[in-house]
Amino acid sequence: MSEGAGASAIEEIFRLEAGRVLATLIRLLGDFDLAEEAQQEAFATAVEQWPLHGTPANPRAWLISTGRNKAIDRIRRDILFRTKISGELGAVEPNIDAVDAADEEVFGDDRLRLIFTCCHPALNAEAQIALTLREVCGLSTQAVARAFLVSEDTMAQRLVRAKKKIRDAGIPYETPEPSVLEQRIEGVLAVVYGVFTEGYAATVGVRLIDIELCEEAIRLGRLLDTLLPDRAGVMGLLALMLLHDARRASRTSDTGDVVLLESQDRSRWDRREISEGLLLVDRSLSIRGQVSSYAVQAAIAALHVRAEDSSATDWPQIVGLYEVLLRLQPTPVIELNHAVAVSMVDGPARALDLIDSLAARGRVTQYHLLHAARGRLLQKLGRLKEARQAYNAALSTTLLEPERRFLAARIAAIQGICEAPVSG
Amino acid sequence: MNYLLLIYTNEAEFMGLGETALQKLVGEYADFTKSIVQAGNFKAADRLNPVSSASTVRVRNGKTMITDGPFAETREQLGGYYLIDAKNLDEATAIAARIPGARFGSIEVRPVWQMT
Repeated sequence: MSEGAGASAIEEIFRLEAGRVLATLIRLLGDFDLAEEAQQEAFATAVEQWPLHGTPANPRAWLISTGRNKAIDRIRRDILFRTKISGELGAVEPNIDAVDAADEEVFGDDRLRLIFTCCHPALNAEAQIALTLREVCGLSTQAVARAFLVSEDTMAQRLVRAKKKIRDAGIPYETPEPSVLEQRIEGVLAVVYGVFTEGYAATVGVRLIDIELCEEAIRLGRLLDTLLPDRAGVMGLLALMLLHDARRASRTSDTGDVVLLESQDRSRWDRREISEGLLLVDRSLSIRGQVSSYAVQAAIAALHVRAEDSSATDWPQIVGLYEVLLRLQPTPVIELNHAVAVSMVDGPARALDLIDSLAARGRVTQYHLLHAARGRLLQKLGRLKEARQAYNAALSTTLLEPERRFLAARIAAIQGICEAPVSG
Repeated sequence: MNYLLLIYTNEAEFMGLGETALQKLVGEYADFTKSIVQAGNFKAADRLNPVSSASTVRVRNGKTMITDGPFAETREQLGGYYLIDAKNLDEATAIAARIPGARFGSIEVRPVWQMT
């Protein structure tokens, strides 16, 4: 069919404009569900009309005003219907401003409003991530459900509950007041980072990396960097994600197995993402008075990707950066990573002490990477029996198949050494 | 929108406050109330008697049961409330954060059901 190309061109416009169209419709109509329906109707009308009458000069403005008009028609019908039964005149005329102002700034403001609303701290963390993927990134409910490994019905209900909370609690569709803006940006960054980490190393399932989530997180990071320029946290997070994502192709083997950093094929790293990431780290760290923990993490990632090969890694500087990070954000995961870096400078015995002291405080015993790191250090120290126990503990606390295979292989290798006959 | 701001604090700690500390707190509450009256957010407010004075009523199978309590199993008890009018949740939570009790207790912010 000759319209084939036309249809794919329309699809492309929808994909590009969906986020902006929805964000502006929510402001104009003051309601998520109404705006989503309006957007769908506008897209359906476009599919009918554009192939016949041509694509409008400003598709975005066309989609927004068509969606708005459809919604007003619907509201009028509803009011008429309600007036007939209750005899009351409703005053539910939507709040319509001029929409035709095809001003990038206006659309940008609307997208920010949407992001801040979806990432509002009064919503629970899971709902924030799900809403952001659905409403800001435009992922289908099915795709969001897949990312969370829940059924589509469960995810649909979760999204309905979140939107009901927005409406009932009066969560505003606004960029926060300057007095709380910094804190709220941190909340948004946590959501974007949450999307990325789930994509970077899934917690369950058969695949180590969920590419779609990584890409959505990076896209969100870029969007934030455009909408909230020159912020240390935003640039730091984007840099961190780019520098991690750059190694994606080398992190798993052809069979989906884990490949550790020191064994990764560095020629497969994405040079374009690396140079963009390196630039952003420098810019983030050069902003005076704002040190973002994301930027420090990105600086650590930068030292890894800058090394020609793993033996050239600047471990003393990495240890130093982890110490900075521990002051900013003293979490068990960072303590663990610090200990692993220390093992590369001061040897496995000192690192094992650090990890054992962390484990003794009981904060991370369910964290498989702690046991895996202990196993590795014990193995290096030749304490094979204990190493095997640690790997077994790691195996019992991870649900991710590639990690499980990796740990099982380590255990089997130790078994081989322990059971091998002593040769002369 | 109307929001009910429920002030939960530890009664035992509150009772243990010395006279000067109590006077200071009462003064802070008076200042806070005055400020939201002036800003037009205030609708109503009350301080409650302690939980030890509370009674609980239940009707089961048509029979009314009155008991002593509730017995506070939680660390914090409802000690008072403000009913405010705010433009959205952000304004309501900003006002809640200024309630003196928010510094040592917690404030539950509940939107009032809107009749449609």
